[in-house]
Amino acid sequence: MVESKQQWKAWVYLAPAIVLLLVFTVWPIINTVRMAFLENYSGLKAAGGMVFEFGFGNFEKVVNYRRFVSCLKNTVLLCLWTVPISTFLALLIAVALNAIKPLQKVLQTIFFLPYVTNSIAIGMVFAAMFNIVGSFYGTENEIIVTAGIINNVIEFFGGKPVNWINYGSSYAANMFVMVVYIVWNALPFKILVLLGGLQSINKQYYDAAKVDSTPKRRIFTHITVPLLSPMLAYVIITGFIGGFKEYTSVVGIFGENMGPPNDAGRLNTMVGFIYDALSTNQQGRASAAALILFGIILVVTMINLQVSKKRVHY
Amino acid sequence: MKIVLENLTKIFPSRNKKADDEVIAVNNFNFEIPDGKLIGLLGPSGCGKSTTLYMISGLQKPTSGRIYFGDDDVTEVSTENRGIGLVFQNYALYPHLTVKQNILFPLQNLKGEDKMTKEQMLERAYEAARLVQIDTLMERKPSELSGGQQQRVAIARALVKMPRVLLLDEPLSNLDARLRLQTREEIRRIQKETGITTVFVTHDQEEAMSISDMIVVMKTGIVQQIGKPQEVYDSPANLFVAKFLGTPPINVFEGSVKGEKLFIGDSAVMDVPGVADQEVMVGIRPEGFILDENGPLKCKLSNVEVMGRDVSVVSTHANSCNPMVRSIIDADNKVNPESDEVRYSLKKHKTFIFNKETEERIYVEVK
Repeated sequence: MVESKQQWKAWVYLAPAIVLLLVFTVWPIINTVRMAFLENYSGLKAAGGMVFEFGFGNFEKVVNYRRFVSCLKNTVLLCLWTVPISTFLALLIAVALNAIKPLQKVLQTIFFLPYVTNSIAIGMVFAAMFNIVGSFYGTENEIIVTAGIINNVIEFFGGKPVNWINYGSSYAANMFVMVVYIVWNALPFKILVLLGGLQSINKQYYDAAKVDSTPKRRIFTHITVPLLSPMLAYVIITGFIGGFKEYTSVVGIFGENMGPPNDAGRLNTMVGFIYDALSTNQQGRASAAALILFGIILVVTMINLQVSKKRVHY
Repeated sequence: MKIVLENLTKIFPSRNKKADDEVIAVNNFNFEIPDGKLIGLLGPSGCGKSTTLYMISGLQKPTSGRIYFGDDDVTEVSTENRGIGLVFQNYALYPHLTVKQNILFPLQNLKGEDKMTKEQMLERAYEAARLVQIDTLMERKPSELSGGQQQRVAIARALVKMPRVLLLDEPLSNLDARLRLQTREEIRRIQKETGITTVFVTHDQEEAMSISDMIVVMKTGIVQQIGKPQEVYDSPANLFVAKFLGTPPINVFEGSVKGEKLFIGDSAVMDVPGVADQEVMVGIRPEGFILDENGPLKCKLSNVEVMGRDVSVVSTHANSCNPMVRSIIDADNKVNPESDEVRYSLKKHKTFIFNKETEERIYVEVK
């Protein structure tokens, strides 16, 4: 048992952390729930002394909002594409990195660079890479000059340049650019985690597999992947959570327009939706959307954990 | 399948280019392991015994020398194609697979003509499991097994594909004393039942002596002596082997040979016909002492340890290289623990003399 005097001391030591958590984490969470269930809640009106009734109006509004379904669809699609692709690529790269001896540390550093680079800056570089200068307004008489390096490469190999992100570009092309960007951006962290996992696998398992004349592919699928499964589960679960919160990547490539110039908001995501509501002072609607997003992430994570119970070998 | 090691040498290059610290782990090892025998590689840690084993397995490449399985030169053959079974020191069982899946794993890798149906594989797996008596544990994961059970699973996994050669790396080091005794008997039994040429590595001389058909004693990469356990014990080739084998260890004295007589201190303890005058080291097994009131070797008595069947007499002697001289004598002989002195005569075949410089054995004609 801790003496009461000692207990008092303990609380004092804990106070700075607890106060900060209460103010910046716990209260915002409670307040979000509160605001979501107050009809038409707005911070400005509340400051003016307005009283709001309890109700589900905010949720109704969110669901009926013109862009809501599109935002939800974009978010889910980005998750479903980027998480498996980036995990698979990260696994291959990590295994390859682990297998080579010379320059391993240098390559590791190179692969880790995107992680410490500003994502807006990376987005702008990607936007430049996928750009087509000259077709911006798409008028008939304009000579189309391609300047983006991706289209230059396509043309070099005799292909037709694609309008990736500019005026009049297709939704599929837009999504493709987003997926490439997000996957590229997500790789370093995943590679780091998986490489760490690989290096902690006892080398004797591989010696044992060798003695048993195990083919390379079987070593990968039957030894490496299962022994790496805790790391893979971690990377996939955090990948999904991060994927559902995708926002800056879209801003990085399309700017605040959240879509090509002729269709603003086409690539908006759930978090973007929340920001939009906040910027028009509709905290009630924003909170409701945040709770919906929370619910989705919760369900997906539960499914993930349920699957990993069967598949992950700790 | 006999295994022939020919001038086998392994040198680990130095890490630091400037420092000349390359390590010769195994130095010019020549040995023909007879078919169907159990061979123990024995030596202190760092003597190159595990390196030798790993070279036989193919996981390590020899720097020079050749390895033959039967008449096939397998030096350049990769591990996968050598057809060996290897039990690792830590067993290296796949933790995510059940016992059954672990044992099936090597069979599922078989290709071409050797490929088996599922039923055949299961039959073979259960056969191997029965041999090591773990057929009731087939659905467990390795983490749910005791050390001894894990070790048996590892042996079953090594045996299931019917290897030409079975290699065991310190197989008993993770077991407690009781289990170690039991398991070493089992290794012997399994080896006899299967008749597979088996090489195992250990630093425990008792373990090696008790189950091996032949033992190889190594020190700093160099083979010291090869022979049947009893022969090596009875006739060590040098002081190192004499010291390494036997518990309690051999007693070593500084002595000299003068006029075909062996002196320890001032007393002539034994006739050594045909040995030239020189300084020597004398090794006397604890059971080589005979209690004798008029014996030439006088020791100062420290204490007497009664062990029931026999008595261990602990004494000191000025010329002894060890702090204590320990002899084991029959309990029928009464030693008065109160007396200051104990006198021995020596058994000739339990007393060895070694060159003081080279520590090589000087053989004496026993008449």
